[in-house]
Amino acid sequence: MFPFVLEKPDSTEDAIAAAAAGARYIAGGTTLVDLMREEVERPERLIDINRLPLGGIRVEGEHLVIGALARMAEVAADANVQRLQPLIAESLIEGASPQLRNMASMGGNLLQRVRCPYFRMLDAGCNKRTPGSGCAAIDGLNAGHAILGTSDHCVATHPSDVAVALVALDATMRVRGPQGERSFPVEELFRLPGDTPHLEHTLLPGELIVEIRVPGGPHSRRARYLKVRDRASYEFALVSAAVALLVEDGVIRQARIAVGGVGTRPWRLRDCEAELVGKGPDRQAFEEAARLAARGARPLRHNHFKAELLPRTIVRALEMAGEVA
Amino acid sequence: MSASLIGRPLARVDGRAKVTGTARYAADFNQPGQLYAVIVSATVGLGRVMDVAAAEVERMPGIAAVITHRNAPKLPYLPHRAVIDPAVGERLHVLQEDNVRFYGQPVAIVVADTLDHAERAATALRVTYETRQPLVDPADRRAEKIVPEAATRARALADRSRGDADGAVAQAPVRIDETYDIARENHNPMEPHATIAAWNGDRLTLWSKSQYLVNEQAEIAAVFGLPAENVEVICPFIGGAFGTSLRTWPHVTLAALAARHVARPVKLVLTRKQMFFTTGHRPRTRQRVALGATPEGRLTGVIHEGMGETSRYEQFMEALTNVTDYLYSCPNVRTQYRLAQLDTSTPNHMRGPGDASGIFALESAMDELSYKLGIDPIELRRRNEPQIDEAENKPFSSRSLMQCYELGSERFGWARRTPKPRSMRDGRLLIGMGAATATYPAFHAPASARVRLLADGLAEVEAAASDMGPGTYTSMTQVAAEFLGLPPEQVRFRLGRSAYPQTPSHGGSWTMASVGSAIRAACLEAQAQAARRAVADTRSPLFEASVGNLEWSAGHLRRRGEASTGLSYQDIVARTGAPVEAEGSAQRDPEVAERYSMHSFGAVFAEVAIDPDVGTIRVRHIVGAYGIGRVVNPLLARSQCTGGMIGGIGMALMERTVLDLRDGRPVNAHMADYLMPVNLDIPKLEALFVDEVDPHVNPLGVKGLGEIALVGTAPAIANAVFHATGKRVRSLPIHIEDVLTA
Repeated sequence: MFPFVLEKPDSTEDAIAAAAAGARYIAGGTTLVDLMREEVERPERLIDINRLPLGGIRVEGEHLVIGALARMAEVAADANVQRLQPLIAESLIEGASPQLRNMASMGGNLLQRVRCPYFRMLDAGCNKRTPGSGCAAIDGLNAGHAILGTSDHCVATHPSDVAVALVALDATMRVRGPQGERSFPVEELFRLPGDTPHLEHTLLPGELIVEIRVPGGPHSRRARYLKVRDRASYEFALVSAAVALLVEDGVIRQARIAVGGVGTRPWRLRDCEAELVGKGPDRQAFEEAARLAARGARPLRHNHFKAELLPRTIVRALEMAGEVA
Repeated sequence: MSASLIGRPLARVDGRAKVTGTARYAADFNQPGQLYAVIVSATVGLGRVMDVAAAEVERMPGIAAVITHRNAPKLPYLPHRAVIDPAVGERLHVLQEDNVRFYGQPVAIVVADTLDHAERAATALRVTYETRQPLVDPADRRAEKIVPEAATRARALADRSRGDADGAVAQAPVRIDETYDIARENHNPMEPHATIAAWNGDRLTLWSKSQYLVNEQAEIAAVFGLPAENVEVICPFIGGAFGTSLRTWPHVTLAALAARHVARPVKLVLTRKQMFFTTGHRPRTRQRVALGATPEGRLTGVIHEGMGETSRYEQFMEALTNVTDYLYSCPNVRTQYRLAQLDTSTPNHMRGPGDASGIFALESAMDELSYKLGIDPIELRRRNEPQIDEAENKPFSSRSLMQCYELGSERFGWARRTPKPRSMRDGRLLIGMGAATATYPAFHAPASARVRLLADGLAEVEAAASDMGPGTYTSMTQVAAEFLGLPPEQVRFRLGRSAYPQTPSHGGSWTMASVGSAIRAACLEAQAQAARRAVADTRSPLFEASVGNLEWSAGHLRRRGEASTGLSYQDIVARTGAPVEAEGSAQRDPEVAERYSMHSFGAVFAEVAIDPDVGTIRVRHIVGAYGIGRVVNPLLARSQCTGGMIGGIGMALMERTVLDLRDGRPVNAHMADYLMPVNLDIPKLEALFVDEVDPHVNPLGVKGLGEIALVGTAPAIANAVFHATGKRVRSLPIHIEDVLTA
């Protein structure tokens, strides 16, 4: 591990000032410490934000508000989360392992780095880790990589589960930086790799995630997260789908679909959603909508199966949501 | 004597030490003044080290040494080869030359005052290479297939043939001829390889994770040109191994070399990633099985051709095609075994070595044949059950395969199974049931043990054995207590020191047969000595009694037929002063070994549920029924079996070390990426044992248990996947993508 300085500021302002000057935030550390041990990350100055008042989960009118420092396990077990946004609880439980969920913060979850194996190998080319060094995955082993949103410079999949649910639910996030606070949709946090895969998110220097706000509504109850993988826990998604349906009088009035494991960012499928609106919640409608999901997909040598698995996962997730009483 | 201790479900005698953290593993034996070593692994798959910028990192904080082939001493590497070392080739000599033979080969070692400093410098060390393209894919046409040289010497591994298998298969009315692939797997025990090395003059102590202490001693002595008695190896506990610690790998040499270089004790622990480089793996295999049968399901011809990967510098062989010529009755059988030499490190034994891989192919093919014939898979095996070992033309010492199928199928509920593929459902899920035969040889190797009867009534028992998890501490305590007639609480069994009486490697399911028999012999010898003392002691009530007229009962010596309590060990030892100390050794009677074919058999049943939409495969239930001779401790035996089944689930559905063909690097050398079952993947597992008395295998009547529990699980699951989906997957592991379009 590269030597570093660890600071534990008492105020959010001090933390932001330090980060604006180049320091890195650390909360649960479940991604960062791992990568520091491999020297994939070599921050010289770390700001421990765990003492800052950024935790907690509360309800504000129609909104569920989740503090950036709330732990994955805490959010998943929270009664309000389970009641108002079961999709979030389900996606969290499907993520990581119990040990990791006890440590990992919600803000950190959104900002976690990719699981591409070459990103983690200092002796392999990776434009995300070392801009200009090439991408070892494109011609290497890429079964776990993305088929949507890829570029010739990076094909790494965004690994978060709960981010997929948050994008499906039109969650927003409040961030605070040297210039004050701003809010924007969670979906806009994530950048496509393009020719700058080392730039992963849209936070400005020093900006700190304060909280995540999830709007509620009648769709929230009929919402499910399906994560498809070869073992039952502690594996990143081959394909996952977060779906929510608003069905009235046997007709789909509103549909939300976001998918994981296939995109370089959590992937909202608005074409599929539009296809569903006005139809009955039946398998045929689900299949017709899901057929649109892999349009524009660019499978790599080892992940063609994802283009097949993606629509199947969406269909099954929609069925599960449709079955919710 | 009271009711036998053998067969009782005694709880682990070391259980408390393990769960309270007082059990000490190799890396726990920190030494005063100890430094830390970190290996620098080659980042190319084939080539030569051109330059190592050692001076750059020698200036970094805390660095004591940077050792490369340039400044490492030339080590003698005297010839030494144990039964677990490949019979042909020469072990890797570390830091002796500039050649890089495979990705991850150690090219330098950094020693520092703290682990952090050593890791930092090891990462910073710049090594430049001359690089060539390695060949790491056994399926590549350029990969040369060779006849293993030792196969001409070792009966069991040679190409074998009886009758005319090719002709019989060609003419058979019903035929199966398929190819089966199994991925490379790594053992991935929880405990990483670790060695602490400390020199005292020319004497070396190693606290080192090992399944074969006396060979670690001999191997390191040979590498450094020392007399074996100058090396002591200590390892009282092992956090899982599955075969990876059978051989003495380069890191042990490196720890000793580094400790000598810096003249301080040195601790070296491999990273998880490094455990994919130089500590062996289950070799990738490709097999062809061709079966010919009559319409009634009698086998007329069996062909089994297997190929496994090995390194360029050693010919690793395993029992890939061994079971095929004795498992079923057939007049025409031909087996063949080849190796593909690649630019990788040498594979080694991994639980159920060879047999687990071979039987996946054979038992998949038998299942395929059963569908082609329209005969129940178990009935097919019944119709081909041999009366004798037809390869050796001699009787089995015992064989309970059909009883295993009966017992297992009843518990499993095989009768519920509807034969047609894709015919069983639970709601929307496809249900499949599969079965397969398991078998493993009942090995036995010479071993010795020591018994010491102390004045306080305790018995100390010692052997240089290991306990990687099966419960050796407990089961050997039971054996000693049984033959001494003492309660187990009065027996202290010690293992894990090379200085104790010699034992074979802790693998191959032969520890109970070998070490247990030696302990029995040592106990009987101790009793004989104690009896001789008792009759020679003038103050003893048995003074001048004839030893032949005495008997031992419940730890007491008395005249045969007499009602008195008799003399306890404590009585005898206390009267005569010094403890009674006896050694015993045991080996299989070669004449009996010549007369009988000795194997364990079992029947494994698996139920899977498969999601027809997204292809998720989950095992729901496994039943294994085994005929393994006498069961020393049913609690431990069940634990062994369920552990093996879990390994089998991994083999069937998850485990695969994926190499980047461009440079031979494993890309998933990480616990998050190399999939093994987690708790949520482990279903209801049941292990049953048929009552089997085998008077021939050894005096204890035990055939050994451990390896067989993994053998057979993967084909049972694969056969269940076919039954559920109608899609035959002939490549392990079976992943979602393989059944998605079923």
